[in-house]
Amino acid sequence: MRRTLFESLTRRPLTEAPPSVDDAALAELAARVDRAARRRLGRSLAIREVDAGSCNGCELEIHALNNAFYDLERFGLRFVASPRHADVLLVTGPVTRNMREALERTYRATPDPKWVVAVGRCAFDGGLFAGSYGVVGGVGAVVPVDLHIAGCPPTPTQLLQGLRALLEPGSVPSAPPRAVSRGGS
Amino acid sequence: MAALLDIIQGERIGDHRPWPRFAVTPDVWRNVAGELAAGRATLLGLWGDAAAVPTVHMAIIANGTADIAVVSLGCPAATFPSVGALHPPAIRFERAIASLYGFEPAGAPDTRPWLDLGFWQLRHPLGARMPAPAAQPRYAFLPVEGDSLHQIPVGPVHAGIIEPGHFRFTAGGETVVRLEQRLGYVHKGIESLMAGATIERAAQLAARTSGDSTVAYGIAFAHAVEAAANIEAPPRARYLRALMAELERLANHFGDIGAICNDASFSLMHAHCGILRELVLRAADGCFGHRLMMDRVVPGGVACDLRPDGAALVGDVLLQIRQRFPRLVELYDNTASLQDRTAATGIVGAALAAQFGAPGYVGRASGRNFDARKTPGYAPYDQLDFAIPVLDGGDVNARVWLRIREVEQSLALIEQLMERLPPGPIATAIGTGGGEGLGFAEGFRGDVLAWVRLEGARIVRCHLRDPSWFQWPLLEAAIEGNIVADFPLCNKSFNCSYSGHDL
Repeated sequence: MRRTLFESLTRRPLTEAPPSVDDAALAELAARVDRAARRRLGRSLAIREVDAGSCNGCELEIHALNNAFYDLERFGLRFVASPRHADVLLVTGPVTRNMREALERTYRATPDPKWVVAVGRCAFDGGLFAGSYGVVGGVGAVVPVDLHIAGCPPTPTQLLQGLRALLEPGSVPSAPPRAVSRGGS
Repeated sequence: MAALLDIIQGERIGDHRPWPRFAVTPDVWRNVAGELAAGRATLLGLWGDAAAVPTVHMAIIANGTADIAVVSLGCPAATFPSVGALHPPAIRFERAIASLYGFEPAGAPDTRPWLDLGFWQLRHPLGARMPAPAAQPRYAFLPVEGDSLHQIPVGPVHAGIIEPGHFRFTAGGETVVRLEQRLGYVHKGIESLMAGATIERAAQLAARTSGDSTVAYGIAFAHAVEAAANIEAPPRARYLRALMAELERLANHFGDIGAICNDASFSLMHAHCGILRELVLRAADGCFGHRLMMDRVVPGGVACDLRPDGAALVGDVLLQIRQRFPRLVELYDNTASLQDRTAATGIVGAALAAQFGAPGYVGRASGRNFDARKTPGYAPYDQLDFAIPVLDGGDVNARVWLRIREVEQSLALIEQLMERLPPGPIATAIGTGGGEGLGFAEGFRGDVLAWVRLEGARIVRCHLRDPSWFQWPLLEAAIEGNIVADFPLCNKSFNCSYSGHDL
């Protein structure tokens, strides 16, 4: 263990101020998220993730935001264990009938002011699962949605871009709060 | 097969491939259940079918062979002899059949609903639908008796970024006396959406049954459709599928190894394993244009070829893993405080693993030598050289080591796949025939079963069975006698799918 830890001290961190794909764009993105988060929230935005029926694909990519490449916490954005500590609910999935009540109760347990970010294709309108007896529809059918991040599942970079949109007024098509972005699939 | 066939006396159904399906009498059905109970065969799946005559199907494999069969029992009176009465692994399947179809397992030991949590506004969504009663009885958790016991209800919304489900712990002090799961929260009605869907749409649904196993589901579903349509995917497609499957296995095993250590508060491993996982996902994205490789496997072949720089990307990620991973294994092995948490925690006994036909690392860490890539086996694995690691510790530690050994096998497999990748087309047309097909694929979690009935280009009926069906009940057994604080560790070492189970 000692060797691994010492190496970590001498090696350059993996964290990408900028990850590989589109280096300049991501560095810019990271800087903007950082600035916006500080201005709007004094560097503290607590996110509670709620899987309301997802296939787990979105969760995997949300998880990836915590890895060394994306390192979400450097922007002051962090995941919390309780809705009572949260500013943002990050909701995935078509909302199943079996999860509707749990989502509503989680929403009510989150103190104001709060934002709801719907993540993934299914969270927009139920996606592939729309119309099933087991599915209510998109997240907006159950709780008011401020922002939709598209993708099946959205990549960590798309998730970061989405959170920037939440933090920067004017970067969402119609001004928040309580506006649903017109994200397609 | 002789022994199994002797038991299964019935009319062989014509169009079922590649293994036979038999229409049997209730007596034969009971005998087959007896074979399962006696440990001479293992249950692979049990599902309902609202065909012209209501039917229940049971897929089994004769132990120690690759002989697989489906037995089908028509139940015009919507009742069938309970398999669960003789063989506990069938209980949850029968509860699900009763909830989804309204077929009653006669003599079943547990008649409480499963998956139906009382929110659907209708009953028996896959059978004769009827409106749900206005007032539903409260769900009765199993009774627990004893002095000074307390209950801890957890979920459906959990503390981490994970799927929803309800766990009801009964504890005496810190020790778990009983865990009872209640699942179904992410039930999306996938099988109902499958009925009547085009093959293309059905494949997309299969790919979103459990997002972490999207490739495995894609392959199992493709195997079933190809069997039903009596076609074969071309060799290059089989190799590319296997490449995707092994990348998926690597990514998930890295994620799991890190997450298990993280639940023992050893975040260093989590951070380093997270890096390896990310490297694999980026390589997958570079090779196939999607980090999770969703919708890349399609019935008939694969949707896209390896991108021109794919071979270099794969070579690079293998090199990185070979450089970094052994050090992490050493770190795991040499950290006593971590081993203190994982060793002897959450033990699954070999007998229980065998009885439940425990898929994947849960079974193989408890001495069960089964891997769908070998048994029944499918291309291209029959042409590749690899071993199936099996351990017998049955604890969290064994499930970590099993994953470590499987990572090593997957690396060797990927090298072979890249060396031998054949040229040629990547898909075969499906045609317009019909029939029934059964298919398997070994996902990172274990074997996925897919069964389809096909008419032309449409799915009449599709059943998907996640490996978690046989793993969730074992988690209840594994945690018994452990402390509550070790539950996250046990749970992560199983990493069962909620969405794949709930369908």
